[in-house]
Amino acid sequence: MADNSHGSPDTSVTVATPGQGGVDTFTNPGLPPHRPRLADTDPRAEKRAERQVALLFFISVLGTLLFFFAYFFIPLNDTIEQLRLQNLALGLGTAFAMLGIGVGIVHWAKTLMPDHELTEERHAVTDEKDRAEAEQIVGTILDESGIKRRPLIRNTLIGAALLAPLPAIAIFRDLGPLPGDALKHTFWDAGMRLTRDPSGTPIKASDVTVGSAFHVIPEGLNEAENKLEEKAKAVVLLMRLDPESLNPSEGREDWGYDGIVAYSKICTHVGCPVALYEQQTHHLLCPCHQSTFDLEQECKVIFGPAARPLPQLPIDVDDEGYLIARSDFQEPVGPSFWERG
Amino acid sequence: MSSSTAINAYQPKTRVGRVTNFVDSRVGGSGMVKEFGRKIFPDHWTFMFGEVALYTFVILLISGTFLTFFFDPSMAETHYDGSYLPLRGVEMSVAYASSLDISFDVRGGLFMRQVHHWSALLFVAANAVHMLRVFFTGAFRRPRELNWVVGTTLLIMGLAAGFTGYSLPDDLLSGNGLRIIDGVVKSIPVVGTYISFFLFGGEFPGTAIIGRLYVLHILLIPAVILLLIGMHLFMVVIHKHTQYPGPGRTNTNVVGYPVGPVYAAKAGGFFFIVFGIVAAISAAFTINPIWNYGPYDPSPVSAGTQPDWYIGWVDGALRLMPGTVGNWDFEWNIPFPWGVNTLSLNVLFPALVPAGIVFTLMLAWPWIESWVTKDKREHHLLDRPRNAPTRTGVGVAGVVFYCVMWAAASSDLIATHFLVSLNDVTYWLRILVVVGPIIGFMIARRVALALQRKDREIALHGRETGRIVRLPHGEFIEVHEPVDEYKRYQLVSFESPQVYAPVADANGHVSRSEKLRSRASRFFFEDRVAPVTPSELTAAHSGHHGEIAGAQDRESIASH
Ligand code: HEM
Ligand code: FES
Repeated sequence: MADNSHGSPDTSVTVATPGQGGVDTFTNPGLPPHRPRLADTDPRAEKRAERQVALLFFISVLGTLLFFFAYFFIPLNDTIEQLRLQNLALGLGTAFAMLGIGVGIVHWAKTLMPDHELTEERHAVTDEKDRAEAEQIVGTILDESGIKRRPLIRNTLIGAALLAPLPAIAIFRDLGPLPGDALKHTFWDAGMRLTRDPSGTPIKASDVTVGSAFHVIPEGLNEAENKLEEKAKAVVLLMRLDPESLNPSEGREDWGYDGIVAYSKICTHVGCPVALYEQQTHHLLCPCHQSTFDLEQECKVIFGPAARPLPQLPIDVDDEGYLIARSDFQEPVGPSFWERG
Repeated sequence: MSSSTAINAYQPKTRVGRVTNFVDSRVGGSGMVKEFGRKIFPDHWTFMFGEVALYTFVILLISGTFLTFFFDPSMAETHYDGSYLPLRGVEMSVAYASSLDISFDVRGGLFMRQVHHWSALLFVAANAVHMLRVFFTGAFRRPRELNWVVGTTLLIMGLAAGFTGYSLPDDLLSGNGLRIIDGVVKSIPVVGTYISFFLFGGEFPGTAIIGRLYVLHILLIPAVILLLIGMHLFMVVIHKHTQYPGPGRTNTNVVGYPVGPVYAAKAGGFFFIVFGIVAAISAAFTINPIWNYGPYDPSPVSAGTQPDWYIGWVDGALRLMPGTVGNWDFEWNIPFPWGVNTLSLNVLFPALVPAGIVFTLMLAWPWIESWVTKDKREHHLLDRPRNAPTRTGVGVAGVVFYCVMWAAASSDLIATHFLVSLNDVTYWLRILVVVGPIIGFMIARRVALALQRKDREIALHGRETGRIVRLPHGEFIEVHEPVDEYKRYQLVSFESPQVYAPVADANGHVSRSEKLRSRASRFFFEDRVAPVTPSELTAAHSGHHGEIAGAQDRESIASH
C-alpha cells in the first residue's frame, strides 16, 4: 500500500498531528455556524413542541393510572393466564409512566432548550508545581517518622504486618469440613437394591426389557439424612442391551446381568447428570457439554470434553429377582479432583 | 436583627436565591454549583452506553431491594403450598418456594423479578458495549488508563453479580449451573477439593451455598460495584469527557452542552427512557420462568437450556475443549512420591485460559499501545475506529473470539435448528475459535483502511453525486460535489503514526526492546493511510480541471 503521508513527526516520535501546528496540515476552522431549529424561528412550531411535551407528560400520568388499575383490579387467581395479564398491564403501565416522562424531557431539551454548543478549556489535571510540593511533603513525613533511618523498626513492622492478616484467612476454616475420603465412596453397598428414581420402588431384572432405560437410586436413599448430597453421587442409569453387543474387559465380565448394565449418571466432565440415552446407537449423552459415552465400550468417551469413562456399578440379582448392587462403585464418580489419583 | 444582617451582606431577592442562601450558608453548596452547574459535556450517541450501565444499575438496586423483602435464602426442606397448582405438595428448598411466592403470590412480584433479571442482562451488555466504545475510540489512552482498569474491574464484578444472582432461586437450572461450577472448582490442582468443600459447607449441594451467595449478591458485590462506579465517575469528572475530533474541537477544549439545563435534562430524561424500556420488555417477554424448571434435584437435567449470555462463553469454552485427542489424554495422573494426583486439564484449561487471555489483554492494552507508539501524550480527542486500523482489528478479533465461544454454548441448539450433526458443529466451532479471530482481525483492518481511503477521496475530490455530465468533447464524467471546510476538517484531522525506526543508544547499540518495538510498530502501522494535506488538496484541484466544480464550491482553496 502506498504511504500517502506528508506529515512530519511532531510532539511524538512517530505521530503526525494535523491541525496542531504541523507544517502542511489543515487549520481547525472552528465550530460550524449554528443552524436555528424550527422552534427557534417559528412561534407556532415552538407552541407545538410545547404541547407535545405536555402530551408526553400526560401519557405518563395515564401509565401510572394503568398500573394502579392493574394492581388493584386484576385479581390473581390460580391461573397463569391471569398472572400474565396482570404482569403485562403492570409492565405497560410502568413503561408508559417512565417513557412519558423520559421522552418528554428529552424532547423538551432538544426542541426548546438552547442548542448552542459551548466551548470550555481543559485544565491540566494537576500542576507540576503541586506535584513537586507533594513530593517534598511526603519526603518530610517519611523523614520525620524516621522509618528509613531505623531499619530495625521498619523490618519488624513489615514482618508483623505480613503475619497479622493470616488469622483473617484462618478464621474461615469452619466454612466446611475437610474432604476426607467423602468423594471416594457413595451410598451404594453390597446387596443394596436398585430402585426407581424418584419413587424408590425396587426393580426386577425382568422389568428391564431390551432397549429400555431406568433412572435409578439406591434403596433407602429417600430416607437418608443427607439425601441430596448422597443422591448427587449415587444416581445411576440402568439399561439392557443385547449381551452380545457388550464387550466387558477382564475382571468386569460379571458386573452386568444378562445384558443389564448400570453406570454412574454423573458426568466425569464437570458433574451434570448424563440424562440422554440414544437407544439405537447405545450412546449416553450429557446435555451440558455433549460428552458422549459408548455403552458398547464400557462407556468410553467417544466425543466431547469428558476424559474418563463413566464408572460402572457392578450388579447382580437377588433371590426374589430384584436387581442389587454387588458393591459400591470401584472408583470415585463424577468430575476429577486432585486427590483422585 | 442587626447582628444577622451584619453576617449576611448578601440579600437574596428571588425564591431560588433564598433557598440557595439557606443551603449555602449552612453546608456551602455554591462552590459545587459554580463548578458543575454549567460544566460542558460533549454529546454523542456512543456516550450513552456508560449511562445505560449506570441507570440499569440503579434499576437493579431498586428492584433488588424490593425482592429482598420477600426472598428467603434458606435451603431447608419444605413442601410448597402456594398458588401454582402443578408444584403443590412438591418437596423443595425454602429459597425456591419463596421465589415461587414472589412470582405467584406477591402482586407485582413477577414483574419485579422480570425487571431485575432483564436489567441485569442489560447492565452487563451496556458495560460491555461501553467498554467496546472506549476501546475502539482510544478513550483509554493517557490520562484515562486507570479508569479503564476500574472499568474492566466493574465488568468482572458485573459478571460476578449476575452469576451469584442467577443461582439464588435454587431451581433445577441454577442448581445445575452450580454443579458445573463445583466441577470446575474441583479441577483446581492441590486446593480444588478443599475450596469446593469450604464453598458448599461440605459435599455438593449442601445447605449453605444459597445463603452464602445471597450475602455476596446483595451486600458485598453491590457495595464493591458502587465503590467502583464512584471512582469511575470521579475520574470522568477529573479528566473531563473526551470528544470526537471535528471542527472547533481540539485536544485542549471541550465542546458540548452545559450540565444545566440541556445535559442534565437529556441524561435525566434518558434514565426514565431506560427504565421504561426495561419495563416494556419485562411486561412482554418472560425471562427465567423458574416454575417450569422445578426444584433442584441432582438427577434430572433439561437439555437445550442456556445460561445467561455473559456466562455462556465460559460454558462454550468448556464444550469446545476435547477431553482426548487421538490417544492424547487431557486428564493427567501424575505420580508423586506420596502417590498419584490428578490434573484435569480438559476442565481447567477452558475455564481459565480464554477468560485469562481476554481480561489480561484488556487490562494491559493501554500500556501495550503506548509502548509500541512511544506515545505518552494526553489524548482528549477520540479516534474514529477507522483511523486506528490495527487497534480496530484487535478489538474485532476479541469480539469474534467471544462470540464463537458464546455460540458454542448453544451448539446443541444450532445442531437441532439447522439439522446438522452436533459433532460437526463442535468441530467447526473448534476451528473457528482459533481461525475466526484472525480472519476477523484481517477483515476489520482492511475495512478500516478502505474507509480511510474513501475519506481521502471525499476530502480531495468531494462526494459522488450520481449526476453524469457529458463534456463538450464527448467524455462522460460524474459530478463530484466538494465538501465544505467543516466536513473536510472532520475527514482530515487525525493522526497516522508511521513505523517506528529503532533508535541506537549512545554507544550505537540498538537494544532488544527497541528492535521488538520497531517490529511491533511495523505490525501496527505498516499499512497506513495518511490524512490529506492542504498541498495535496491544491494539487488535486488544479490537476483535475476536467471535473466540474458545482455551484456549491464556494470555498476558496487559497485560504488554507
Ligand atoms: C457499572 C458499570 C459502568 C458504569 C456505570 C459506567 C459509567 C460511565 C459513565 C456514565 C461514563 C461517562 C460517559 C461515557 O463515556 O459513557 C463512563 C466513562 C468511562 N468508562 Fe465507564 N462505566 C461502567 C463500566 C465501564 C467499563 C466496563 C469500562 C472499560 C473497561 C469503562 C471505561 C470507561 C472509561 C475509560 C471512561 C472514560 C471515557 C471517556 O472519557 O471518554 N467503564 N463510564
Ligand atoms: S458435564 Fe457432562 S459434558 Fe460437561
